[in-house]
Amino acid sequence: MSEPASTTAQLKTRIGRKFEELARKTELGLVTYFTAGDPSIEGTEAIVLRAAESGADVIELGIPFSDPVADGPTIQRASERALRAGTTLEKVLGLVATLRKKTEVPLVLFGYFNPILQRGLTDFARKASAAGADGVLVTDMTPEESSEYRSTMHANGLDTIFLAAPTSTDERLKRIADASSGFLYVISRTGVTGAKDSLPEELPAMVRRARKFTRLPIAVGFGISVAAQVTILGGIADAVVVGSSLVGEIQKARSVNEAADNAAARVRLLKDAAKHGVSRRG
Amino acid sequence: MKRVMTEKMPDGRGRFGAYGGRYVPETLMAPLEELERAYEEARADGKFQTQLDELLKNFAGRPTPLQFAPRLTEHLGGATIYLKREDLLHTGAHKINNCIGQGLLAVRMGKKRVIAETGAGQHGVATATVAARLGLECTVYMGTEDMARQRLNVFRMKLLGAEVVGVDSGSKTLKDAINEAMRDWVTNVRTTHYLLGSVLGAHPYPMMVRDFHRVIGKEARAQILEAEGRLPGWLFACVGGGSNAIGLFYEFLGDANVKMVGVEAGGRGGTLGEHAARLAAASGFAGARPGVLQGTHTYVLQNADGQIATTHSVSAGLDYPAVGPEHAWLAEQVRAEYTAVHDDEAVEALRTLARLEGIIPALESAHAVAEVIKRTPKMKQDEVIIVNLSGRGDKDMEILAKYV
Repeated sequence: MSEPASTTAQLKTRIGRKFEELARKTELGLVTYFTAGDPSIEGTEAIVLRAAESGADVIELGIPFSDPVADGPTIQRASERALRAGTTLEKVLGLVATLRKKTEVPLVLFGYFNPILQRGLTDFARKASAAGADGVLVTDMTPEESSEYRSTMHANGLDTIFLAAPTSTDERLKRIADASSGFLYVISRTGVTGAKDSLPEELPAMVRRARKFTRLPIAVGFGISVAAQVTILGGIADAVVVGSSLVGEIQKARSVNEAADNAAARVRLLKDAAKHGVSRRG
Repeated sequence: MKRVMTEKMPDGRGRFGAYGGRYVPETLMAPLEELERAYEEARADGKFQTQLDELLKNFAGRPTPLQFAPRLTEHLGGATIYLKREDLLHTGAHKINNCIGQGLLAVRMGKKRVIAETGAGQHGVATATVAARLGLECTVYMGTEDMARQRLNVFRMKLLGAEVVGVDSGSKTLKDAINEAMRDWVTNVRTTHYLLGSVLGAHPYPMMVRDFHRVIGKEARAQILEAEGRLPGWLFACVGGGSNAIGLFYEFLGDANVKMVGVEAGGRGGTLGEHAARLAAASGFAGARPGVLQGTHTYVLQNADGQIATTHSVSAGLDYPAVGPEHAWLAEQVRAEYTAVHDDEAVEALRTLARLEGIIPALESAHAVAEVIKRTPKMKQDEVIIVNLSGRGDKDMEILAKYV
């Protein structure tokens, strides 16, 4: 078993600076997910810019994959739409470069390992970094398999964000925390991505358990879609991640403008809840 | 062919050389660690082994015969051909060996529910059967294309009390059924055991499923020594994920003079999308490179951008874009050879075996027979070969109706 190194690279990307700023303001961060290329690369550009203006603190850009095993129906359909629209990793990296000319919002590339592996870890990391990405989250990358992946990303100034799950043992939480930089992503429940009505009762305990192993900011995601959930999480987490409900707005919209309007409206609501909820540090 | 030492394969990280490993969402990591521990404990527990042996003997019908095929041997005029009759097992294929093993393990781990994916339906039927026998709740995921072409197995699973869930995404075949089974597992992981049906997925599955099928090769080795007084020159088996092949091959890996051929689905031809041949690039089948799919690092059919390709085979059980990581390793070591035969060659082989030996093999197994038909005439008559008849063809009658 190759253990991750006990210290991660001391990176200071836009992600770290954003979380410092949020901590100073004692404000819950809002991380939003969009699948790149859904409905088109240009469409995603417009939607992401509006989301950033409307209060998204960090943007996760999904790299579409043919076999998204960790995703529920909403994001599966988004991946299919993006791939049908001809989205490639190259185009996603191009989108990052375009966005970076227009916004300083932290950008995390979010996806599955195979497309990155086929591109080549070093080539991917160099291009992603040059385009202006700040971090990478690979759903099916585990700390155990990550030694080369992490060193390559860190060498190129990219944060590596790993997932912690309700099933993760303390031993695993330590391993995950040690491999992570930027923030730690705590999955709220066992299951795939997708909006749910309620938060699991054991979530606060799960976040407390994760905090024993890291000083990184903790973002909670999976199943979070409405302002009331965000308000509750203010006392527990440093940020919330919202994906499927925003992607759902894109699916429902009849045009890119409508998708951007509706996503932006939802982001404003969520950010409002984040600002007015109880803050963990407040 | 060279001798390879396999006792330490996979290593502690579940690696067969560069292949294998664990690439799954974090939610599944602790359960995989738990499964690995439970399996290691069960393997060392005499009581577990006794239970397993009892069910393999009295429920599944082991040992299976190693049968001389006189008319096929005479017809081809080359090597002496033996058939390992896994098709005679309860439920009609080798799949039940693994299902009994993992079913007992699920009970041991206190899981009340098992889920499975299935392509041809053989693994789904075997899982539903074992679940019924052991009193477990059972859900089987199956691509809707496969449900249409293997309808009879859908009926069987339902009769056995399993819920069959149609999967309508992607190519609507085995790969998509595995995606959906993984999504179920990640959601219900605390109560559910994922009874994966081939030597695929994250560690410990490729090792554990192999071990439950090693009985095929153990029996065959003893049986051929009894029948011929010597080891065979060649072994043939079809390779989808590769469970029946590794089950036959494994006990012979240390026998340097036993050559091994894995036969993949050549479908309609060598163009990407028209076949399911991952290790047969030398035979002109394009599109496979090392990659990561559904938990493991292995040879995967994919496009230049790392998107997984659609596949085609007349045989639903071979219609899958990745191959078991141990096969990728055996191919790289040049310990086993991998090739592919086309749909029509497999169907023709099935007819030949039916008419000459009175055995209708599954379309999957017919791929191995087709390769035997190609090669055996060129072999010396004193050569001995074994072909694994991994399943019977009853399930394929609706597909075969148009060829009769």
